[in-house]
Amino acid sequence: MAEITTLHYLVVAAALFLIGVIGVLTRRNVIIILMSIELILNAVNLNLVAFSRLYNLHGQVFAIFIIADAAAEAAIALGILIAFFRNKETVNMDEVDLLKW
Amino acid sequence: MMPVATTFFFYFLSIIAVVSAIVVITRKSPVHSALALITTLLSLAGLYLMLYAPFVAAVQIVLYAGGIMVLFLFVIMLVNLEKAQLEERFNKQWQVALIAVLTLGALLIFVFEKGRSVFPQTVTNFPENTNTQAIGLLLYRDYLMPFEIASLLLLVAIVGAVVMAKKRV
Repeated sequence: MAEITTLHYLVVAAALFLIGVIGVLTRRNVIIILMSIELILNAVNLNLVAFSRLYNLHGQVFAIFIIADAAAEAAIALGILIAFFRNKETVNMDEVDLLKW
Repeated sequence: MMPVATTFFFYFLSIIAVVSAIVVITRKSPVHSALALITTLLSLAGLYLMLYAPFVAAVQIVLYAGGIMVLFLFVIMLVNLEKAQLEERFNKQWQVALIAVLTLGALLIFVFEKGRSVFPQTVTNFPENTNTQAIGLLLYRDYLMPFEIASLLLLVAIVGAVVMAKKRV
């Protein structure tokens, strides 16, 4: 079997990214949408770590920063979700239409 | 210095990651999705290990699979999802979304095909036993300012989450 190159990792990351985008765009449940966002962030992380293998360790430091950002984002988003659920008793994204005309 | 069975483990881990990512976005029950997402995160940690990033792999397991996913499961338990599980899973614009994503995928394949020659063919050989030390030095020397800003960000996130989840806003 062929040797694993950086391109292989990039293809896996691209697949995860696209699956995450599909989840964000098509699902109605807000929790699943947040999980899809985590998938997207992980795809980016895989890209960064794969490239850090080619150059130097800075990519891994960036990956750690992205994990910290993901933690902050998840805490905020789930707080919003709980506040929203308390007001409207739903978790469906297409019923969040107060700003739509 | 090539580790044994690299190819096998790469395909094994990436197939697990991609399949459980698909499971994440297709299951009805959010708990099943969360468990599949944990599987994806763990196999990604394995891929990080294969890329000589043991510290990132450890942080991935401890912070993502341990911390963030517990937060998700807590919210799934807090929010009553019985009604949402009986409803339609996908929204009305899913065809348009699929077309958009396929276009994005074609673009990515095009870029990879065009740009694969610009990658350096040689990989850097990181010292294996001082990875954490090297990352610590980078974090506290070169990236000290972003590190402090990240801690501020986390503080703001904690305060914001508490304020938003409070009873009367």
